[in-house]
Amino acid sequence: MEKQVYETLQEELFYEKMDNGLDVYILPKKGFNKTYATFTTNYGSVDNQFVPLGKTEMKRVPDGIAHFLEHKLFEKEDGDVFQQFSKQGASANAFTTFTRTAYLFSSTDNVEKNLETLIDFVQSPYFSDKTVEKEKGIIGQEIRMYDDNPDWRVYFGAIESMYHNHPVKIDIAGTVESIAQITKELLYECYETFYHPSNMLLFVVGPVDEQKIMQQIRDNQAKKSFPDAPKVKRFTYEEPSGVAEKKKVIPMHVQTNKCFVGIKAPSVPDAGEQKLRHELAFHVLLDYLFGKSSPHYERLYREGLIDDTFMYDYTEEREFGFALVGGDTRDADRLASEVQTVLLSFSADTVKKEEFERVKKKKIGAFLRALNSPEYIANQFTRYAFYGASLFDILPALSSLTMDDMAAVASSCFRESKIAVCQVVPKGQ
Amino acid sequence: MIDEKVTAVGPVRVHTISTDKYKTNTIVWKMKARLAKETVTLRALLPYVLQSGTADYPSVKALRTYLDELYGATLNVDLTKKGEHHIMTIRIDVANERFLPEQTPLLEKALQLLADLLFRPALDGGRFVSDIVEQEKRALSQRIQAVYDDKMRYANMRLVQEMCKGEPYALSPNGELEDVDAITPEGLYRYYERALAEDELDLYVIGDVAEEAVLAAVKQRFSLPDRTQPARSPSASVQARKEVNEVIERQDVKQGKLNIGYRTNVTYEDDDYYALQLFNGIFGGFSHSKLFINVREKASLAYYAASRLESHKGLLLVMSGIEPANYEKARRIIDEQMQAMKNGDFTDEEMSQTKAVIRNQLLETLDTPRGLVEVLYHNVVSTRKRPLNEWLVGTDQVTREDVVRVAGKMELDTVYFLTGMEATEDGKTGV
Repeated sequence: MEKQVYETLQEELFYEKMDNGLDVYILPKKGFNKTYATFTTNYGSVDNQFVPLGKTEMKRVPDGIAHFLEHKLFEKEDGDVFQQFSKQGASANAFTTFTRTAYLFSSTDNVEKNLETLIDFVQSPYFSDKTVEKEKGIIGQEIRMYDDNPDWRVYFGAIESMYHNHPVKIDIAGTVESIAQITKELLYECYETFYHPSNMLLFVVGPVDEQKIMQQIRDNQAKKSFPDAPKVKRFTYEEPSGVAEKKKVIPMHVQTNKCFVGIKAPSVPDAGEQKLRHELAFHVLLDYLFGKSSPHYERLYREGLIDDTFMYDYTEEREFGFALVGGDTRDADRLASEVQTVLLSFSADTVKKEEFERVKKKKIGAFLRALNSPEYIANQFTRYAFYGASLFDILPALSSLTMDDMAAVASSCFRESKIAVCQVVPKGQ
Repeated sequence: MIDEKVTAVGPVRVHTISTDKYKTNTIVWKMKARLAKETVTLRALLPYVLQSGTADYPSVKALRTYLDELYGATLNVDLTKKGEHHIMTIRIDVANERFLPEQTPLLEKALQLLADLLFRPALDGGRFVSDIVEQEKRALSQRIQAVYDDKMRYANMRLVQEMCKGEPYALSPNGELEDVDAITPEGLYRYYERALAEDELDLYVIGDVAEEAVLAAVKQRFSLPDRTQPARSPSASVQARKEVNEVIERQDVKQGKLNIGYRTNVTYEDDDYYALQLFNGIFGGFSHSKLFINVREKASLAYYAASRLESHKGLLLVMSGIEPANYEKARRIIDEQMQAMKNGDFTDEEMSQTKAVIRNQLLETLDTPRGLVEVLYHNVVSTRKRPLNEWLVGTDQVTREDVVRVAGKMELDTVYFLTGMEATEDGKTGV
């Protein structure tokens, strides 16, 4: 077991790679009641074409299958794993993103029992024709719920308009039609390919004894056998660097217009510290331009073009990155054009050193605040680890971030061809 | 478990929770008054105006620049109702300088900022700055209207409006759209003075700090005249209903929202409060509850089907999202679960499972500064004081008879269904 000490943050992290390839991290947190654990596979909604374990040909699977699998893993021959967790006083959940599927619990008692339940249920799939059919009704309602949600529609619509081919444009849950094609055989095939321990990471954070927990995990894994698995071959989509559609308008029965401007990163670093810095530089840049202390925010708010729903965020995953800026507005076209003007007229030369340093300070405080949350630590640590970077390097990376890093992002992304707009407007307008 | 020290400084109750488990320190300010039509919209606007500037930092930009300088201190405000009380909250969260290269005393600066927000707002000739008030009025109108576009929130709000018609609780904490326009900078300033003079005031400080230091800082900066505490009125008023109120509303939606309200006839003030929590946990509060198992897992009708309590008002609110054509089926299943509760048709295992989950939920909530304050604040809202350790013991001691007794008090009040334009009972809608 390796130990890494982060002096400034006063945190200690323990790590071990199991014989079967599983990466295990433990972060003891004294003073907390809760232990939070996530068991995550490097597999998400964008992995819809790959070579299944033991096969040689690429295979395309139905949209939404990673998310469907996440739902179905909770159901076993003898019942529902939620029941097991709640008997042990834990609350359990799971989520699927573009590139990851995570299973988790949090509990203040019976931590070892709950950890055993978590590892065992994820490592023992049980899919039957009957339970697969039943799940289609439930997920169908989940999809309907999002269909009626204008915030989701405008968010996803913006992503759709940015991408030509990449499956990031496909809703994580799929569609009612695509999930209809899912069978138990397909679920097993995805499971065998992506849920091998060497493609997964287990993170435990809370008031735990790291020695005991690590030993428990070692013992648990030693009892199970897995076939040798080569690194998963995933299909690489050819994606043009420009956006697919400049403007998309979705009429819905809403009272308020919604507008997002999407900015597509033409390329992103593959992995490691470089990737972390690229992401941070983008965040700092957006904060500089659109944060509440920026002149643009003040002006747009005063003109009533934005309100407290206004947000900006940058998402970077394996091989794609995009930013979204916007929110509710009284004039969707004007907001779109104002935001685009801000982006296209930006010149890094006009940024004052003290303004840049102030944004960095703000980001450092926000990072410390985020570390209050065990959920944030486990989820984000896992995300960075899958890219060969470390969450705890954010602090030194932020401190050493330069104005040139920020300028480089702006010059590659703030271009007409990389910008798309999506709006939700009241029907009949 | 949690060491909460409470000391009055003038009319302000100062609650200090000293802990070194966080990397930030948190300040929460709460002002409480009766929920009433005449004041609800003024109160919904006031904290947003206050957070838009102080005498020293008279604009959002100036103020936010200052917050960024304080290593990204966060400042936010919100409005809630607890029973028939309307509560304004201001929160400031600052990094603990222990983790920073420079040793600026950030918590003290944050307390100063809170005092400035409250007592030295940006003014223009003895009233609030009209540009700020106008901007925030517009933002408030947008905030009120935004509920309409979020059907889950909309259905929750509509159920409560229908169920509590004629009671103050029907009011939304964000105020009434038709009353926004008439608010003036002068009128709002008068109301601000009145609220500072009459509201119940609570300040929570959570972090790496001792009580003496907090009290010294507060005494220096918060000087308010003493006041006579208003006579406490019960936090719930109930209008008796003779028959079940059924409301169906149609909009252009794909998913129907079936929300059902019951009167619990038990509140935070009552001995049966912990039994009420158990009842809700077995019935619909969790993913092992009857609603989740029967509406979602067995019948495959919904993605979400759950219940929650408004325990100061005495409401049990069920919500679910279903195919419009499945209305009767979903209602029948939900009715059956309620009947099962009344019949005592639940196992000892469901009892112990729910106790374990409630205990876990409480302990987890106490891990976040925000959650901790919300739990402690129940004791300000209610005349009944429940120390944290009593929650654990109280929950543990509930018997099945207690839960059945509470179930017996549940009265179905209102069924609200938001459905599509052409929903029919024969299943033509949807796929």
